[in-house]
Amino acid sequence: MRLAVENLDVSLSGRPVLHGVGLTVEPGEVVGLLGPNGAGKSTLMRALAGQIAASGTMRLGADDLAALPSAARARLLAYLPQSRIIGWRLMVGDLVGLGRLPWRGFGARLRPHDAEIVARALDLMDVAHLAHRPATELSGGEQARVLAARAVAQDTPVLIADEPASGLDPAHQITMMRALARLAGEGRAILVSLHDLTLAARWCDRVVMLKDGRLAAEGAPEAVMTAENLAAIYGVAAHITRDEGGLILAPIGLTDGGAP
Amino acid sequence: MKPLALNLALALLALALFLASLAVGPAELGVSESVRGLFAGGGEAAAIIMREIRLPRALLGLSIGFTLGMAGAVLQGFLRNPLAEPGIIGVSAMAAFGAVAVFYSGLAGSALYALPAGALTGALAAVLLLMALAARNGSTLTLILAGVALSSLAGALTALVLNLSPNPFASYEIIFWLLGSLKDRSIAHVWLALPLMAAGWLLIALSARAIDALSLGEEAAASLGIHMARTRFLIVAGVALGVGAATAVAGTIGFVGLVVPHLIRPLTTRMPSRLLLPAGLGGAALLLAADVAVRLVLPAGELNVGVLTALIGAPFFLWLVVRARREVF
Repeated sequence: MRLAVENLDVSLSGRPVLHGVGLTVEPGEVVGLLGPNGAGKSTLMRALAGQIAASGTMRLGADDLAALPSAARARLLAYLPQSRIIGWRLMVGDLVGLGRLPWRGFGARLRPHDAEIVARALDLMDVAHLAHRPATELSGGEQARVLAARAVAQDTPVLIADEPASGLDPAHQITMMRALARLAGEGRAILVSLHDLTLAARWCDRVVMLKDGRLAAEGAPEAVMTAENLAAIYGVAAHITRDEGGLILAPIGLTDGGAP
Repeated sequence: MKPLALNLALALLALALFLASLAVGPAELGVSESVRGLFAGGGEAAAIIMREIRLPRALLGLSIGFTLGMAGAVLQGFLRNPLAEPGIIGVSAMAAFGAVAVFYSGLAGSALYALPAGALTGALAAVLLLMALAARNGSTLTLILAGVALSSLAGALTALVLNLSPNPFASYEIIFWLLGSLKDRSIAHVWLALPLMAAGWLLIALSARAIDALSLGEEAAASLGIHMARTRFLIVAGVALGVGAATAVAGTIGFVGLVVPHLIRPLTTRMPSRLLLPAGLGGAALLLAADVAVRLVLPAGELNVGVLTALIGAPFFLWLVVRARREVF
């Protein structure tokens, strides 16, 4: 299912945060959302997830995203918020099972089909061995993967993940990106915000770069993650090389007259 | 413990204490006499004692305890805060103020329904105010803060009424009622409160999915298809109906709604919806036990059950916090 956004404007407490942003995510594609802090990445994702009011068009397939009832939306679009909240000492398996809520009848238990999807989500995020541990007693990175598994268990055609890789060790950053790539391989549309440039360049099919609430660059990583764009958008000088797997980008300093 | 086994065990406990509540009282009735009094017709003393004194008291203990336990469980789940209890949204305090206002106006003696009607009006006013606030600014924090403000305001108004009270006897009556008791209630009180409490249970049960999803925070819950405004309505209205009706007939009974979910939670999967029924049953058992205890400890005295629950509940809660300071919930 194709996610298409056109001319999106969002204001928070009267202050305009997004100005006429447009982007598309095709089925089977991982699109990276990049930009400095405060560029509007989370705001864009929250608008797509229906958490805040926005003007402009947001379409999911043939449907108008803003007009969908919340229950129907939850079966089409999963959203992994940046804030990682676990309210009670829930077992990891039960917590990930919450991702099945939109598919369950009132008070019904998990059916075998649901349990299968939950088991797959646990596997995909490499947390199956933690299924019977209380989620509150895990490390921050483990909790991040458990919460991501919850969004995966929602089993939706579209997944929006806000910085799912932050706070993860290098191996699990790659696990996370590989999991997203696999989900895309099943025909899902994935939108993911990232701060790690190399991770974005190597795992995303396309990247969308925001600056000050406006679309700054959009296209294949090789085409848009250039020294000029990184200087203009982040205000950093980056060392850029490549190997057979794609670009390797390391920010090494601030550009003269750069933003920070 | 398996959920079914837990619910069954708690239901049996509540039933046993319900029967104990029927069996205890100043009149020395034997078991067979009590049973005959309960079911046989006629106007003999045993029948009057059982049907008009002990049965209403036991029924109110059961249903009010259930309401308080369930209301505490749903509020803790909803607010993701283990310190939440029915008193926190200001409904109990407003209901108490409503009742006190009726006392002060002198209408309390005019009809059986005057006092409960005053309390319900207070509870209703609290709900409407909270709803209006929640509708304007849809955040849960606003709801908590409004509840705290409302509780303080109701407390201040109650103090004002006591202050202006024309004679010491009226003040004494008001204070005594505020302490909370199940003593000397009639079956009419049961019929007045029970339907409202049952409606409250239903509304709370309808929010079960939502409080599970809210374990992950409001944003994640909304993304799981939970309609936050609807959930807020269900829970605030459910708690207000239940606790408002309970306060209307029994005065304020504290700590049951706070302590019971804590006692029961470790026996469950900690999924908030799975706590609702056990917490209700546990609340019923606790209030019935406390109400039996006040009759056994001071048979001739006037120890109020609300005093006992606070007296036991507060130190017990402190002990819970100290024992599990790392992980209270």
